[in-house]
Amino acid sequence: MAHASPETAVRTNLAVRALIYSILIIFAVYYLLPLYVMLVNSVKPLDEIRQGNMMALPQLFTIEPWLSAWSTAQIGVQPTGLKPYFINSVLMVIPAVAISTMIGALNGYVLTKWRFRGDGIVFGLLLFSCFIPFQIVLIPMARILGLLGLAGSTPGLILVHVVYGIGFSTLFFRNYYDAFPTELIRAAQIDGAGFFRIFWRILLPSSGPIIVVTVIWQFTNIWNDFLFGASFSDVDSQPVTIALNNLVSSSTGVKEYNVHFAGAVLAALPTLIVYIVSGRYFVRGLMAGAVKG
Amino acid sequence: MSVSQGMPVATDRAPIGRTSQTTEWLQRALPKIVLAPSFAVVLVVVYGFIVFTGVLSFTDSKILPSFNWVGWENYAKLWGFRNWITALQNLAIFGSLYIILCSVIGLFLAILIDQKIRIEGALRPIYLYPMALSFIVTGTAWKWFLDPGIGLEHTMHLWGWESFSFTWIKDGKMAIYCIVIAAIWQSSGFVMAMFLAGLRGVDNEIIKAAQIDGASNFNLYRRIIIPILRPAFLSVFVVLAHLAIKSYDLVIALTNGGPGRATEMPATFMYSYTFTRNEMGIGASSAVIMLMMIASVIVPYLYSELRGGKR
Amino acid sequence: MAFLEIDNLQKRFGTVDVLKGINLSVEEGGFLVLVGPSGCGKSTLLNTIAGLESITGGEIRINGRAVNDLHPSQRDIAMVFQSYALYPNMTVGQNIAFGMEMRGVPKAERDKAVAGVAKTLQISHLLDRKPSQLSGGQRQRVAMGRALVRDPQVFLFDEPLSNLDAKLRVDMRTEIKRLHQSMKTTIVYVTHDQIEAMTLATVIAVLKDGVLQQFGTPHEIYNNPANVFVADFMGSPAMNLIPARIEANGGGVAVVMSRDGLAPLQLKVANDSKLSAHAGREVIFGLRPEAITDMSGADRTSARVVNADCHVEVVEPAGADTYVVTRLGGREVIGRMRSDMQVAPHSTVPFAFNMDKAVYFDPQSELRIA
Repeated sequence: MAHASPETAVRTNLAVRALIYSILIIFAVYYLLPLYVMLVNSVKPLDEIRQGNMMALPQLFTIEPWLSAWSTAQIGVQPTGLKPYFINSVLMVIPAVAISTMIGALNGYVLTKWRFRGDGIVFGLLLFSCFIPFQIVLIPMARILGLLGLAGSTPGLILVHVVYGIGFSTLFFRNYYDAFPTELIRAAQIDGAGFFRIFWRILLPSSGPIIVVTVIWQFTNIWNDFLFGASFSDVDSQPVTIALNNLVSSSTGVKEYNVHFAGAVLAALPTLIVYIVSGRYFVRGLMAGAVKG
Repeated sequence: MSVSQGMPVATDRAPIGRTSQTTEWLQRALPKIVLAPSFAVVLVVVYGFIVFTGVLSFTDSKILPSFNWVGWENYAKLWGFRNWITALQNLAIFGSLYIILCSVIGLFLAILIDQKIRIEGALRPIYLYPMALSFIVTGTAWKWFLDPGIGLEHTMHLWGWESFSFTWIKDGKMAIYCIVIAAIWQSSGFVMAMFLAGLRGVDNEIIKAAQIDGASNFNLYRRIIIPILRPAFLSVFVVLAHLAIKSYDLVIALTNGGPGRATEMPATFMYSYTFTRNEMGIGASSAVIMLMMIASVIVPYLYSELRGGKR
Repeated sequence: MAFLEIDNLQKRFGTVDVLKGINLSVEEGGFLVLVGPSGCGKSTLLNTIAGLESITGGEIRINGRAVNDLHPSQRDIAMVFQSYALYPNMTVGQNIAFGMEMRGVPKAERDKAVAGVAKTLQISHLLDRKPSQLSGGQRQRVAMGRALVRDPQVFLFDEPLSNLDAKLRVDMRTEIKRLHQSMKTTIVYVTHDQIEAMTLATVIAVLKDGVLQQFGTPHEIYNNPANVFVADFMGSPAMNLIPARIEANGGGVAVVMSRDGLAPLQLKVANDSKLSAHAGREVIFGLRPEAITDMSGADRTSARVVNADCHVEVVEPAGADTYVVTRLGGREVIGRMRSDMQVAPHSTVPFAFNMDKAVYFDPQSELRIA
């Protein structure tokens, strides 16, 4: 999407423009408000939160809540903070993203450059798998993981995310490679290159943009996932989203809002950073995922 | 356009003669071999599992799967559960408000931004970042915001507006609307991005022609631009409907189904009945219903897209 | 019917001057073609006449009325776009009627007008179709129908034929010419194709980099180009532009240029008076390919034809003529000979130069001196 000066030929006058800008800014405030509230209140001591105004800037600035959220807060029965679960998430996300992206790339390659009868059906079936409500697979998946001895473990989660990520990554690569000129493949074949050589030497080097989009999309979805984490992990392998929910929803004891907020921001940090750094590609991924074909 | 596959290639490694036939066969089969694992896996974990869960929905499974056939009993029981009825009602309310309001807000913002706004570069990231957040994070932020004791109501009181009352989240009837508010906050920016892309794709010359024809801005959008955006509306609808039916994380984080079970949704219903209440058969049948709902939206859409866009 | 005047028009985008003081006028019923390479400002100029772009200075008058500050829909103009710009969600009939609808014309009147226009353009059978169901040529007609139905004072065309294939382009070009002759409305037409310009226009404005290079009838532009750019741009194949010198030669002046493989070519000039002042100086000698022929093919009515031998580099038989390439003044020079001339490459044959048609330019200013 173009970032530079928009090209529409529609004209408006000054008063209307002022109104437009005001509305847009009001909405910007609406979108930023929760983030602001979280950040601002994550550095206040607890009494200030309870007595004071959630919108006000901190009178007493403290990073205690952050430290607590990271390493000492009570999550479930352990006072470990989010750190171990953060690490669980990292250990889960990185292999899952790498593997599902790779598989998606190969699948997209096959589906677009090595056509065969029925490839449309294969693609359609893969595509539909992106949309299913994951609730429908929870029960059998739990059984299978148990049978494989992977129940409640990080490798188990990785497996789950990989198989359910194949649909989307295949979709992205397939759409991208579809636009890639097939003549280059043929020329390479004439030169004697085989299936994998063509992939490594010709397709993959030009796949930068779509790899970025796919990785961002997968990373965001897998990091933010809650359902699979809730269903297939146990205490040792819980991702940070589960831990955050435990932290925030614990109904016993004093509600330490500042810690909750620090925790929420910590949990959101990786995806936020990915988003800020590569925003354009992020949007492209969202669009590609939504606007099929 | 089909690529002739398996053109006999003389690689520098393959010796000529009989072995090259094997190589040739291998090269021809290789694409399918590469694709096969994914296909097989997806066949199992998606379609196989759907069948499995479907089968379970016809059994009397409790804690563990059992295969005692009970026919439609689970489905019949389902409709007897007040929670399920509540869940469906909530889905209807949530789904329609979510889709309609997100679309309206998204379209509105997109049209505004399309008016040659100079701060667009700064606005877009702000409108879109909520999509990058986990629903749990969103739920956490809004839960607090909507909490009467600490959140908006409390702040209003502190600012002098004593009588301001905003206890929706604690109110059985109104809690669902809180989920609507948080969900709209998360997704409307994305809807805006989709509509903006659609608007940008409108041929500029059409707009010029309309100006010469004397169309006011209002007429321009109503008669020409918005009809052109029909594909975007469709995509938006499909994406939002899909998200609405699946929504689980947000409900858990914001209200955990509460107060009581007032914000139960099919997704939370399924989870609690399967894993907490040990009524796997019932849970399975609720999952099947969820699948049916999504399929009724997605399948026609995919079908028309693949038919139209297939090369 | 209208009379269009453009008075010292200036347009600036940010810090860039896109149109620098354009002066043009078209009489009623005239056909003005704006022609020039990409980026010369012709589309921008058209958009300012339409009112789709504002101007930074100068005035535009239609039928005596200044229109600079008027909204496009109030200037009594109609426009046909390069990509036709048909409203995709409306039928052909609705597309044509849309402008009238916006102006509040009652339905019965609208329908009548649409039917009339459809008949003229032979698209009556398409009225209920959507644009996506039409071919390129049909869409172009609908676009013209939308403009016609407005009955404006000035028609504006923005490269309407660029998106059509070659044969269709020629057919539509003839249609546009025919429409112009029957309706006698004033037309302003933008194109980068100089053949279109020559065939359609009553006056041509050649633009380059926002500056008007020359404004005149096709005949003037073709035969008396104001500068090197116009000479080179108009005409296909392009005019030969040869570096040469003017030298005194037996009572008159001759233009002298180097000639591959032979002694320098000396061509006695047709009209001495203007050039004698430039004797001893460098010039650019311009002569179109059709003025360089074989001896029997030369123009008998010309006052001065000079024959000279030249060395042939390439021969390009083109059916109706044969193009012969030689080298003069270090440049490739194309001559047009009759097709049954037997000319072999690398031979030396007599060429006939019709000096009546020659033009001369100053090498520094690139302006025409004679």
